[in-house]
Amino acid sequence: MMLSVPAAGVLLLLAWIHPGDGLYFHIGETEKKCFIEEIPDETMVIGKYRTQLWDKQTSSFLPSTPGLGMHVEIKDPDTKIILSRQYGSDGRFTFTSHTPGEHQICLHSNSTKMALFAGGKLRVHLDIQVGEHTNNYPEIAAKDKLTELQLRVRQLLDQVEQIQKEQNYQRYREERFRMTSESTNQRVLWWSIAQTLILIVTGIWQMKHLKSFFEAKKLV
Amino acid sequence: MLQLGLSCLLLLHVCVVFGTELSFELPDNDKQCFYEELEKDVKFDLDFQVIAGGNYDVDCFVTDPQNNILYNEKKKQYDSFSHTTTMKGEYKVCFSNEFSTFTHKVVYLDFRHGDEEPLLQSMTRSTALTQLESSCVAIHEILKVVADSQTWYRLREAHDRTKAEHLLERVTYWSIGETVLLFVIGIGQVMMLRSFFADKKGSVLAAT
Repeated sequence: MMLSVPAAGVLLLLAWIHPGDGLYFHIGETEKKCFIEEIPDETMVIGKYRTQLWDKQTSSFLPSTPGLGMHVEIKDPDTKIILSRQYGSDGRFTFTSHTPGEHQICLHSNSTKMALFAGGKLRVHLDIQVGEHTNNYPEIAAKDKLTELQLRVRQLLDQVEQIQKEQNYQRYREERFRMTSESTNQRVLWWSIAQTLILIVTGIWQMKHLKSFFEAKKLV
Repeated sequence: MLQLGLSCLLLLHVCVVFGTELSFELPDNDKQCFYEELEKDVKFDLDFQVIAGGNYDVDCFVTDPQNNILYNEKKKQYDSFSHTTTMKGEYKVCFSNEFSTFTHKVVYLDFRHGDEEPLLQSMTRSTALTQLESSCVAIHEILKVVADSQTWYRLREAHDRTKAEHLLERVTYWSIGETVLLFVIGIGQVMMLRSFFADKKGSVLAAT
């Protein structure tokens, strides 16, 4: 196959960026859509999106709209922002988690041109891949010069590594859950004892007070 | 040499596995829809679970390109739905929290369609696999099942943990509230009784 190097490079780049039609949804102009990914630490996440704008004239979605951008904001489990960037109408964002837990990926349109949104609908194709699904095996095969069998084994190794990370994360989650349950248990226990004491003390005080009150009033 | 290398790379390039898993927040009185363009005779699987919020239930319905309802369930906590498409077009999956007035829900969605793409394009040739290769394929399938099982347990654990944290919060607020209530009632009762006997000494003595 005789291809010029730049053409091949461009084709490869396009093929790599193009998300390969995933799930899509509609988003309003100022609307912010957030997605939660619960992942273990040191896990790579690659998100690809593609936007299409509703065109009133043709009553269909345009293939792509230049000038329309999306703002991507990613927060880690401690609600600290780890990525906050503007991308074009088609974009690809990557991040690696450093703490395990729920990461929040938020997307909203940054369009200031009201005219663009006259139709009111923006279609966003989104594809989020996590962990070993982010690996590009043909690229790995070419880079490390692996045979087919070696590549299969490499895929198995990546899968097992991801499973191991998930198991470590599960251990950490179970500890948190146990702490919450023990905290609840303690609070219920102390509260029951305190409540009994308060009731007894209040009862005794009430009786004493009323007795002295009635004696003072010469009714008893 | 570089040309050959690049063209090989192009030949080997394959799209990622077709499937999306997402967790999203569904505010109260809201409906969220996801769409997917599918070909004819494609098998798709839909899994959803409610991880947080209220009674942990949500309404879900799936429609085909001609707006026929393929699946419609109300107030489900988790479910699985499989279907083979009979026509090409846009399929819609919607989640509705319109029955809830103030609790927002967090829903996990897993939408898989089609078959898994091979690692390399050259792997689609139909020559028989060697024993080693078929062992690798078997292990790969089993590991996928393990990963799915882990996802299931992770979601159940998130659900239980949310419930436990909610319970802790409620116990704390109830304890504080009840302490205040006890003191108010204890002192209030005594005050009220005192007020009954305050200026009626004359009439009580007259009655007896």
